[in-house]
Order: sequence, then C-alpha cells, then structure tokens
Amino acid sequence: MPDHILRMRGITKEFPGVRALDDVNFDVERGTVHALVGENGAGKSTLMKVLSGVYPHGSYEGEILLDSRPCAFRGLRQSEAAGIVIIHQELALIPGMSISENVFLGNERARRGVIDWHATSDETVRLLEKVGLREDPDTPVNALGVGRQQLVEIAKALAKDVKLLILDEPTAALNETDSENLLRLLRDLRDHGITSILISHKLNEVMAVADAITILRDGRTIETLDVADGVDEDRVIRGMVGRDLDHRYPPRTPEIGDVLFEVEGWNVFHPTVPDRQVVRDASLTVRRGEIVGIAGLMGAGRTELAMSVFGRSYGQRISGTLRKDGRELHLATVGDAIAAGLAYVTEDRKELGLLLEEDIRRNVTLANLHRVSRRSVIDLHREVADAEGFLHRLRIKAPGVFTKTGNLSGGNQQKVVLSKWMYTNPDVLILDEPTRGIDVGAKYEIYTIVQGLAAEGKGVLLISSELPELLGMCDRIYVMSQGRITGELGRREATQEAVMRLMTNTPAVAR
Amino acid sequence: MTVVDRPATTPASSGGSAGPRLRGNLRQYGMIAALVVIVVLFEILTDGILLKPLNVTNLIMQNGYVLVLAIGMMLVIINREIDLSVGSVAAFVGAVTGVAIVNWGLPWPLVVVGALVTGGLIGAFQGFWIAYARIPAFIVTLGGMLLFRGLSMVVLQGQSIAPFPSGFRQLGSGFVPEFGAGDLHLVTILLGLAGAAVIVWNDWRSRARRREYGLAVPALQWFVLKAVAIVAVIVAFAWVLAVYQGLPIVGLVVIVLTAAYSFVTTSTVVGRHIYAVGGNERAAALSGIATKKTKFWVFVNMGVLAALAGLMFAARLNAATPKAGTNFELDAIAAAFIGGASASGGVGTVVGAIVGGLVMGVMNNGMSLLGLGVDWQQAIKGGVLMLAVAFDVYNKNKSK
Repeated sequence: MPDHILRMRGITKEFPGVRALDDVNFDVERGTVHALVGENGAGKSTLMKVLSGVYPHGSYEGEILLDSRPCAFRGLRQSEAAGIVIIHQELALIPGMSISENVFLGNERARRGVIDWHATSDETVRLLEKVGLREDPDTPVNALGVGRQQLVEIAKALAKDVKLLILDEPTAALNETDSENLLRLLRDLRDHGITSILISHKLNEVMAVADAITILRDGRTIETLDVADGVDEDRVIRGMVGRDLDHRYPPRTPEIGDVLFEVEGWNVFHPTVPDRQVVRDASLTVRRGEIVGIAGLMGAGRTELAMSVFGRSYGQRISGTLRKDGRELHLATVGDAIAAGLAYVTEDRKELGLLLEEDIRRNVTLANLHRVSRRSVIDLHREVADAEGFLHRLRIKAPGVFTKTGNLSGGNQQKVVLSKWMYTNPDVLILDEPTRGIDVGAKYEIYTIVQGLAAEGKGVLLISSELPELLGMCDRIYVMSQGRITGELGRREATQEAVMRLMTNTPAVAR
Repeated sequence: MTVVDRPATTPASSGGSAGPRLRGNLRQYGMIAALVVIVVLFEILTDGILLKPLNVTNLIMQNGYVLVLAIGMMLVIINREIDLSVGSVAAFVGAVTGVAIVNWGLPWPLVVVGALVTGGLIGAFQGFWIAYARIPAFIVTLGGMLLFRGLSMVVLQGQSIAPFPSGFRQLGSGFVPEFGAGDLHLVTILLGLAGAAVIVWNDWRSRARRREYGLAVPALQWFVLKAVAIVAVIVAFAWVLAVYQGLPIVGLVVIVLTAAYSFVTTSTVVGRHIYAVGGNERAAALSGIATKKTKFWVFVNMGVLAALAGLMFAARLNAATPKAGTNFELDAIAAAFIGGASASGGVGTVVGAIVGGLVMGVMNNGMSLLGLGVDWQQAIKGGVLMLAVAFDVYNKNKSK
C-alpha cells in the first residue's frame, strides 16, 4: 500500500467559457520527486494554484487530501501553514534585502514584533548549509546569480517547515551547472524526507530526477508513469501530444513565391541580465505567400526573437542580419520596422497590443496615422470610415467603431489588433500567439484572415504554443529550444512527436 | 457597406470632430451639467450678483491664468505624468520679465517672446530628466518647484518690481479694442457671432464629409437644434460681456488656446500620440510611436504655458513678486481631475480641463461673494475635488 502525502481527487476547475481542469486525479507518494508534465495550457499551473489555495476552496470541484486529511485552503498562507510551498518561475525575492531577511520574509524570527537578528542569522546559516549555498547571510540577494537566488528560495521554503515543495520550471533561467546543482539538491531533499513536485518542460531533466511522472493534457490526467518501470522520453512525448486534431482549419492551397524575408545569425541578450543570451545564432527565411511557424516551449526565445527583429523592441547587444527582398535592413526603431513593411502582433494583446481605454477606431489607425492624415491633421471622418471597413471585413462584433476595446471579448480584441497591423499594409506579418485565449469560432475566423493575408503574397511568421495550430496552418515550421533553432520541418515531416522532440531538446546536450 | 444596421449616432461635438460618442462623452457632459448646477446655485444664493456683467468679467480675469495652466496640465496628466513646478515656473518667468522690462527697460513685446522661450527651455530641462533619464516626474518637478521658487527670490532679491508699462498690462487687465462709441461693446458681439458662425459652419461641413464617406448623419432637426443652442449660448455670453467693457484679453487668450489645443488633441497625429503614450506606453512604443519624444514635448509645452500664465499674472498684478503663482500647480491639477482626467493616464479633454477650472473658479468667486472665509473655501474645494474623482472611479469600476 503506497503512502501518499498528497491525493487530489476529481479536481474540476472552470473559467468562463473554458474548462481548465476536468476531473483531474493526482497522487504523490511520500519521499519522491514527482514530475508534472504537459504542453503549455495543459493545466499544470492551474492544478498547482488549486493545490496552493490561490484558487480558494469552493471555486473548484473535487477534494484534496494532504496526509489523508481533507484540505480547504482559502489562500497561500493556509497552504503554507500546512507545509506546501510553491517556488515560481519568477522568483519572489526582494532584491535589495539580504539573504536572511528574504529567507524569513513573512515568517520573521521575532518576539512581540521585534526581530531577533541572532536567531535569524543562525538559522539562515543552517538552512543555507542544507541547500549547499556558501554565502554570507547578510549578502543582498541582488548580488547573487539566478542559480543562487533559486537556492535562497528553497532555503526560504525550508524555513517554513516544508513537507511538499513545488517547483515551477525551476531551471528555465539557469545555466547547465546551476541546473545540475539544483537537481542534485532535489534528490538530497528527497533523501531527507521532503517530497517535491517538479513542473518542467525539459524532459531530460525530468527523466534524470523524477521517480514518477504525471502527464496532463487538455486539463485531464492522461497517465502516471513510474520511472523505475523503464519509461523513455518518447513514451512521455506520446502521452503529452497524443490527441486528435480536434480544431479545424480552413482549407488552403498555398502559392509560395520567392524568398521575402530573411533573418541570419541573429543573437540577442537579455535586457537587464547582460550575460544571459536569449537568442543564439538564429536564422530563418519566409517566402511570399508562405505561413511559417515557430514552435517552442515557454522561454524558448520565440517572442524575444520576434521582438528584437521588430525594431529592436527587446533585448540588447543584438547582432545579425535582416534582409527583405534580398536587401539588407537596418531597423533601429519600431518606426523603421513599420516603414520597412514589418508588422508584429504581440503575444499579450491587453498589455502590449491595445489601448484599452480607447475605442476601436483609434486603435485601428494608431500604427499608421499618416494614412488618414494630411500635414499631421487627421481626417476624422475618413478614419471612421476606414475603421468601419475593418469592422465589417473582419466581422468584429461590436456596436460600432466607438466602442472601447476594453469592453470587447478576447477574439474581437484580437481582430482589432490584426486590423491595426493590416492597416499598416505590411509585407511581413509576425503573429505571436494570435489565438491565445480565444474561442474556437473566433479562432477559425482568425485563421481565415491569416490565410487571406498569405494569399495576397505577404509572408507570415506564426508563433504558437499550440502544436495542432502550427501543424494545421503552417507550410514550414522552425522549432526553437533555449534560444536556438533546433530544427526545421516541412509540412510532411512535421508531426506532433517530431516537433515536441525538437522542442524538448536541450541543444547543449544534444545527441 | 451598409449603414442601416448601425445604431443611430448622436450629433458631432462642437469642435468639428466626428465624435458621436455619447457614452464616452457622458462624463464630460456630466461635468458641464455640474458646472451649470453650480452656476445656478450661486446665482440664486448671491441674489443674481454672480452673473452680473462686472462679476463675469472679474471671473474671467481672476481665473485666466489657472485655465491656461489647466490646459497644459491636462496634457501632462493624459501623458500619465504630473507637473508640480508650474506655479514656481510662472513666478520665475514673471520675475525675469519684471527685471527685463522695469530694470533694464527692454521693449515689452520682445520680453514676452523671451519669456515664452524661457518657459519652453525650463520645460525642456525638466522633460529631459523625465522622458530620457526616466526620473519620475513627481521628483523632477518637485525639485523644479523648489528650484524656481528659490530662483525667483534670487532674481527679485526678495522684493517686488513695479510698475509695468501699460501695453504689457493689457495682457492681464485689458479688453478687446472697441471702434466707435456706444453703450454696447460692438466688437465683442461681432466676435461672438463670428465664433458661433465658425462652429456651426464646421458642424455643417462635417455632415457633408460624413455623407461623402458613407457614414450615418444625424437628423437635420438635431443639427438645427444644436446650432440654435450654440448661437444662443455664445451670443448671450458675448452680450453680458459687451454690456460692461467687452471681452477681456485674458478671455480671448483662453478661448483661442482652448480651440487650438482641442484641435491638436482631437484631430492631429501629435494629439493621438499623447493619448496613446499615456494610455499604454508599451503598446504605443510597439506601434512605432516615439514615446520619449512625445513626453519630452508635452513638458516643453507645459513650460511655455506656465510662462504665459506667469506673464498674465504679473500683468494683472502690475508687479513681479517672488510669491506669485503660489499653489497654482494645485489649482491646475485639481481643474484637470475635476474636468475628467484619469490618474491612470490616457483619458481627458482640453474642454474638460476648462470646465474643471471654471467649476473651481465659480466656487471661489461665489463663496467670496457670500462672504465665506478663505478657510472654508479651501476646505470645500478640497471636498469637491475628492468627490469628483471618487465619482469618476466609481463610474469606471461600475462599467467593468
């Protein structure tokens, strides 16, 4: 009889219009490292938010048993009190504070509100020893590298008497040595009786440390595999993608012309961490009339590649060559990129794409006001007429062009963003997750629009985390992993398994 | 393209813009309604003194410089920034002007131009730190507030400088010139008629343009009703002023600036960029807008308008004093927020800033006429500011 520290039974969580988790069962045996894997959007994060009380008890169905006792967490504080600690991908440390202050943040060693600094320091030293970090506890956290900060996070968890440690993509930002250290630490902790749940896209790491692997897909538990039974990566990948193409794509006969746009030897470094390279030596081409996909998991560098190409709107120390119609482009600003015929539809339409307080009309014309103005004076009537044209052409469901974009549904917002970029009349469109969070009907309409643009002879670069979308839409797919392009697949060779293998490929250890 | 299935649109707004956005403009109409209520209230409470020609003229002269500042401040707040230095900048420019005209005897038109350039340079100085060095505007302009207050005292050596030549004083207390001699100020009436004609003609042309693009046009009776209302209000206003000494120069300046800045904010590329940068700076940058440059120029503009306000105040006082412009920044900020600006940026109109400034001005004037002390006046104005913003926030949350 296995000894389960955690049992999650029949968890169902719904958001308006979406069932994020559907009757998920998840059991974790005490004293193991249990990996949770699945595509982006499979429900991993949602499940962990249910577990930790971020989605409070009552907002989901199903039950959670911790040490065989039912739990009804209403917030992070309660789940932490019960011994469950989550370490997120984005670290929750306060940069200017010292290690010891961070380790005991919210959990201060204090008597009647006065902090006992001796106890704090002593215990910090003890905890740092446990995680194998040799640093002065008074060192400010921002003087440490990301890998060491990660260890401080774990020390912080240990200070809370953690029983169940959840790590969400802990190695995404780490280099190889740091990753190995961290994985070794997970095994050490396991040997000291601490159970961990590891969420990771890097299957080689999962295979190296996990005792069991649970696969989620489309909000459902697919299976739980015991690593001791001799599971290999291919087996896991099959579980992650083994799904029918249940989305539909409009039929299309591509008419592909000459090479339109080329990126060659593209390198980008992180904007604030100058020695972290986020795109390495990437090269790609797009032909006229072609829809080219870029696949990759979160953090693979797809958005960073696109934004840095688009007038250097991301990163620093950017190098490489861009060519359009064989002529080299020098795009120092977004304005240059637009003038050169590029358009970039952002991944996050609310934060980066739209002026939510403004109406549809003003959003549509924003990137190309010159088209409706003469000597800098806008022809307001023509602007309305042009915006109404898009309203009808893209079937944006809104009372009129004076509707605030903040009041539209996700699909209609996305159509407004598309209109904005179609209004600049670009030759090359880069679409970053154009159908994220949109219902199936609107997706189909957006696919039709994108295909229409390709049929006009424009080149389309489609970044997507949904494999079926890439396979259904693209004539060719580049796959990125950890900043590199790890492969290029034509329409015929591109299967879910082949793409997933390249996506989870760690280039540094590629065989 | 058909226009049948679209909901009927309301008439275009007076600025000649195509703004049939009843909903979006609700807040602004609400503010105008609030202004009307306040005017009527004080008109009754003061037994009709408030709208007496003499008092209306006073109202304009007392509030002109705050309205000029409010226009600039509105742009700054739409840009999601703040400027605390405008009162001190106004004082500093007034001080320099005093020294240049009175002590050095330079010709005043030259000095006025120099003063506006000085204001622009001060705005550029602050705008550089805010837009390019990315230092928060609150800090930069708090520094500017102290810096220019101190410098005005240095320039004036703690003393007031007076008097100014009469030509310069017209800027603060003069009236539009009159030809011929009657009881009624004819030029003012003619200006009013001309203004009304321009607005109505613009509205008419706008209808024609809408038809040209196949857009829905509001019914003709709407247009006539609106035109009659506009003409009536403007002529009535001109009449009241004409009965006394006519339109003050201050009033003319405010009207011209309001019209010009309304046009810039609603109908030009630059205006659109100002809203976009304030509404969502990152989205604006990714749409190819030079966000830093936009911010910089908004502060340059604020500097020029602060200088103009300083000139108007010095001219009205007929003296340059180191204490000039105290708390002007707060009046201007309050006017902008009462007039519908949003602290989260991207929202507000120039007309709103004027309405907000008038709400404050009428309350000041009305309470003074009632003999209410300055202590209570301040307290009540503070309450009104909080109420106006709370109402705004409440409305916004409700619509979400």
